[in-house]
Amino acid sequence: MTYEHFAIFIVIVPLIFSFLVVLLGLFRKGLCYPLTMVALLVSFIISLGILDSVMTNGTIHYHVGGWAPPWGIELVVDYFNAFMLVMLTFIALLTGIYAKKSVQQELPEKIVPFYALFLLLVTGVIGITVTGDLFNLFVFLEILALSSYALIAIGSDGAPMAAFKYVIMGTVGACFYLLGVGYLYVVTGSLNMADLRMLLPPLYANGAVQTAFIFIFIGLSLKAAFFPLHAWQPDAYTYAPSTVSVIISTVVAKTAVYALIRVIFSVFTVDFITLYVSILDIICWISAIAMIYGSIYAIRQFNLKRMLAYSSIANVGYIMLGVGLCTSTSLGLTPALMHILNDTLMKGCMFMAACAFIYKTGLWDIRDFTGLGRKMPYTSFAFILASLAMIGMPPGVGFVTKLYLIIAILDAGQYAFVAVIFFSTLLMITYFWRVIEIMYIKVEEGEGSEKGSAISIDEASMGMLIPGLILAFLCFGIGILWLTDIPSPILNAINSGFGLGVIP
Amino acid sequence: MFEYIVSKFNYWAYICLMMIGLYAMIVKGNLVKKLIGMNIFQVSIILFYVSVGAKSGGATVPILTAEDIHHAHAHVLANPLQYMNPLPHVLMLTAIVVGIATTGVALAIIIMIYNRYKTLEEDEILVIRKESGV
Repeated sequence: MTYEHFAIFIVIVPLIFSFLVVLLGLFRKGLCYPLTMVALLVSFIISLGILDSVMTNGTIHYHVGGWAPPWGIELVVDYFNAFMLVMLTFIALLTGIYAKKSVQQELPEKIVPFYALFLLLVTGVIGITVTGDLFNLFVFLEILALSSYALIAIGSDGAPMAAFKYVIMGTVGACFYLLGVGYLYVVTGSLNMADLRMLLPPLYANGAVQTAFIFIFIGLSLKAAFFPLHAWQPDAYTYAPSTVSVIISTVVAKTAVYALIRVIFSVFTVDFITLYVSILDIICWISAIAMIYGSIYAIRQFNLKRMLAYSSIANVGYIMLGVGLCTSTSLGLTPALMHILNDTLMKGCMFMAACAFIYKTGLWDIRDFTGLGRKMPYTSFAFILASLAMIGMPPGVGFVTKLYLIIAILDAGQYAFVAVIFFSTLLMITYFWRVIEIMYIKVEEGEGSEKGSAISIDEASMGMLIPGLILAFLCFGIGILWLTDIPSPILNAINSGFGLGVIP
Repeated sequence: MFEYIVSKFNYWAYICLMMIGLYAMIVKGNLVKKLIGMNIFQVSIILFYVSVGAKSGGATVPILTAEDIHHAHAHVLANPLQYMNPLPHVLMLTAIVVGIATTGVALAIIIMIYNRYKTLEEDEILVIRKESGV
């Protein structure tokens, strides 16, 4: 069987279904949800097909409309994209399952626009992942951004203000990216990533190319909420409707990180960032600050979603530390790639649990969580599994990230970062333990401990519970998988594709 | 120095516009003014792309009619020096559409904000939100 058209199908399916949702939603609102699920399921199955195809036949090159690459738009899927695609569509599918109840409760009048925008967001995410053209990436980045602005704005309370802040910052980021692409176009006359990779090396000393790199780096860092450019992120995560905070904290955030890594290593190369713009040390130190800053601010929050938002800033720091160390260790990008998946699993699970608490009990303040562990045992269990994994209990995914990061650091000989990781882990224990303590251990005042068993179980519905539990178990399942040799062909292929993994 | 600035005036122009846009986004307290700043910022980049594609010295838009192609001097007409580069202009059509869509979404969000707080001044909104205990 040939998979040659899968690369374009996976973009088109959610796009067409998002229009179908609007169209059929006019007549029957009940159709929206099944249509969304069909689209998400189909894209997940296609992504598995693509991964299979990449593993057997190598990189997929698809020329949109039959136009040859430097002129036409090319879709390129190599190991990195295929890995990202499977992850992103899987999480989107789980979020889709999760969405049903929470959307019914939170946004009963906006079901049609919600699912249409949700599918557009997935289109943007998949488009960014498969494209091999810089300008096309900008267009998908804006499809993704516009749908997420709208999705955040339909939340309650401070949501419109958070969304407006995100519009302004996100547009500045996208414009910086566009400006960088413009500079590259002026110098080379090409927009195709593979073409640019060949045309750029003689021009590395050119000021315009270096400026372009900085513009693109800053623009995409803004989208990824990398430390000094994260100002839009906590508000957006906090006030967005439940399902939206799950999807933007996992899929959207990781897509921006993907774009950043793709541009750094596929368009520019390792040579460029080591010899001409030596940015890797700066990335390392900024990541270290992000890890500490995010964790300290997370401790100061009493709103659970806001705490997780700051924790996300710290986790982007972990990923970028892996990127920063990539040239000086034989592991290459492995820790960063691992943490992209790991953080997605953990954050997805925790946001699902946090939003289930809000859905069922209306509680968002950690101080009010007394007895919640007995009231919603399964959701709390999922939350605790994810937080244990994040703190670093073996064999959870957080432990694997930290293990590989520390190996990479020791390999690179920059021992200061080991201290940073340990310190940030201590801070993580502080803020997650606080939640666990209030949920399970603290006894409700005035009721006495013997009444503790009288609290009736009031669990979230199956649709919200099962995706969270699946992610919680995956936090440990994937952790064990990482420690075996099974994923290493993919990781090695990605590293060697970028020219990493060998110490020069 | 003067020569240097004049010879690259299109770059200076877009940088000036960009800075005006950034200034408006950072300093202005009114949300609509911030949005206008964002638009100026986007337009500056569109102008940058358009100016990059242009050429001085009588270059025009490359339109070849069927007659030109059959004519003997078709190779003269196909000389790239006589034509502006149309690709950046085409790219900017997409960027303009994206800009309009962003403005539309932002205006819709501004309407939501106004309905909720009855003001568009950022500092007043902050006061209202503090009073309501958020």
